[in-house]
Amino acid sequence: MKASLDRFSARAAAEGLLDVAYATTDSPFGQILVATTPLGLVKLSLPNYDADQALEELAARVSPRVLEAPAQLDEVRRQLDDYFEGRLREFDLALDWRLSKDFRRRALHAISRIPYGQTRSYMQVAASAGNKRAVRAAGTACGSNPIPIVVPCHRVLRSGGALGGYGGGLPMKEALLEMEGALRRRE
Amino acid sequence: MPPFQRLLDEHADEVMSVLRGAVGRSDAEDCFQETFLAALRAYPKLGDTDNLRGWLLTIAHRKAIDHHRARDRQPLPAGGAGEVEAGAGGEDLHMGDLPADDGLWSLVGALPPKQRAAVALRYACDLPHAEIAAALGCSPEAARRSLHEGLKRLRADLATAGAGPGEELR
Repeated sequence: MKASLDRFSARAAAEGLLDVAYATTDSPFGQILVATTPLGLVKLSLPNYDADQALEELAARVSPRVLEAPAQLDEVRRQLDDYFEGRLREFDLALDWRLSKDFRRRALHAISRIPYGQTRSYMQVAASAGNKRAVRAAGTACGSNPIPIVVPCHRVLRSGGALGGYGGGLPMKEALLEMEGALRRRE
Repeated sequence: MPPFQRLLDEHADEVMSVLRGAVGRSDAEDCFQETFLAALRAYPKLGDTDNLRGWLLTIAHRKAIDHHRARDRQPLPAGGAGEVEAGAGGEDLHMGDLPADDGLWSLVGALPPKQRAAVALRYACDLPHAEIAAALGCSPEAARRSLHEGLKRLRADLATAGAGPGEELR
């Protein structure tokens, strides 16, 4: 049956019927779900999120033609592996931004330009997105980031340097920043 | 509506079993691909998602019919249809709510082609005799005979195997 299903997802892709392809991949924090459209990576669901719910949201908001098709995500998974092992500092992936709109999308665009190993404040992100007073909205944009890690919202901190929040949990945010050398490891 | 993958997770095995019964193991793969591609194409515009299993099996039955029509030019073996008595009570046969049991369908798959097709089209796809006849390119009476013969042989096979589901073939 697996061969039949693999053949099916390949044919669906070839006939332009594969609107959302997804796969799961292991990370040091647990299993991550990644999903792509023909335009690019559209969703990355962190280990503490319910994968079934993520798929239902994709079906509702992008297209119900959602198929598990790991072959479509080989490059995404390779780059994530390399990132978690410290071999990759900048993702080179096409992104599909359709799950974010307006100010949130502008804020996420600004976040996507924060270099590896650096951090910005929520206020700086708000300013880059065109409204320096929208600090709370910048925080909301981080919280609703559909493509965390690749769009590195973990690099956004409170102005005083406090961690702020993270959808994947604060220990994960701290571990990512430590790995990137942006936080000094606690003695 | 549910992600399409869930339809595959929940119903792919059953669709494959039904198609193996309807068209045989070697051609089931093609029909399986055609069934799910057609379903995937139509899925976003499907209004009612209450009976996705029934919807998929309906598509599978159309694909099985298409397959048999394409085979019309190559006559199938007669399958010993002449042995059946005329008054055998064709409309009284019920397989009940058969489970999607690959064991049973593998017995169906082992029937001669015409009997196999008649049994699968009748019980997996729920087609009336006239449509089975149209699908197989024979008269309704010949379709009925193939069905009888197929069921008779299945009962015998199940009795030989000592399997419980034989009861359900009454």
